[in-house]
Amino acid sequence: VSHVRAFAVFCRDLLVGDDWRTALGLVLALVATILLDQIGLRAWWLLPLVIALLLARSLRRSTRTAPTAPTSRIRAGHPRRPDATE
Amino acid sequence: VSTSLLFAAAFLACAVEMVEALTIVLAIGSVRGWRSPLLGVAAATAALAALVAALGPALRLLPIDMLRLVVGALLLTFGLQWLRKAILRASGYRPLRDETAAFRRGREQAAAAASAERAGLDWYAFTLAFKGVLLEGLEVAFIVISFSGGHGRLPLATAAAAAALVTVAGVGALVRGPLARVPENQLKLTVGLLLTSFGTFWAVEGAGVHWPGDELALLGLLAFLAAVTFAFVRLLRRERLSFHRLGVEV
Repeated sequence: VSHVRAFAVFCRDLLVGDDWRTALGLVLALVATILLDQIGLRAWWLLPLVIALLLARSLRRSTRTAPTAPTSRIRAGHPRRPDATE
Repeated sequence: VSTSLLFAAAFLACAVEMVEALTIVLAIGSVRGWRSPLLGVAAATAALAALVAALGPALRLLPIDMLRLVVGALLLTFGLQWLRKAILRASGYRPLRDETAAFRRGREQAAAAASAERAGLDWYAFTLAFKGVLLEGLEVAFIVISFSGGHGRLPLATAAAAAALVTVAGVGALVRGPLARVPENQLKLTVGLLLTSFGTFWAVEGAGVHWPGDELALLGLLAFLAAVTFAFVRLLRRERLSFHRLGVEV
């Protein structure tokens, strides 16, 4: 059972990651694209727009709690710090 | 167009994951000897090849539109994760991965671990190398299988991944150290953009909607997503600098 659970957690992390709201938003946008197509509207533009909005929301959520890198390196355009998390 | 982009995505994704796997294997091998970790690498590579060989052709048995919808959606959520993390690293909100530090930590852990030799094999070294390559390689396998489902180009994606594997392993064997100079985050940003573009393209096609300009729309998508990405990186970088000037820790 623990192996099955570990595999399920791995699959969730691989596909959904740590932001389920973005994954849900993408599914809803795809459903909307299909529905709009069925009423005769070619909504190829919808998904790219939703991606930009979802990415902005997701980045906003992440930056509220994110750890920091040294400012001097950011000024130089190379924010670098030893990575202890990955 | 899509063939070149597909090859680039598979090659770069595999290269960046294999750079991380190489650091693990080099750290173990340089401390505990090379035989066991190299056997671990061979076993993990064989397992990944078997996974791709089993799932890749099987996907082609499914209806193409349904397949593109599902594979596109999965690739899209997967690619957006790469993109989001790469933007956070590029803007300084997340630390960059440091291969030299990871190599040092790996060596320390390998030296501290007790010997576990059975049947002429150091099982600690074997298991660590196997897990390292397998876990890094599973993401590559997922990408290759997705490309097979979305575009029917399993041989091309497999060849790109194999070329990256050989390149990274060859450079690693020459350098005998972690490939710290590889611009990992720029590569991850590029891969994230490519995967998100392919995912969007296939998901919309799978939904039954045709893109204007057919495959050329991929380039338009890539340009749009690249512009959005670089705008976010600049905005977040500027925001962090202004916070620092005000003395606010974010």
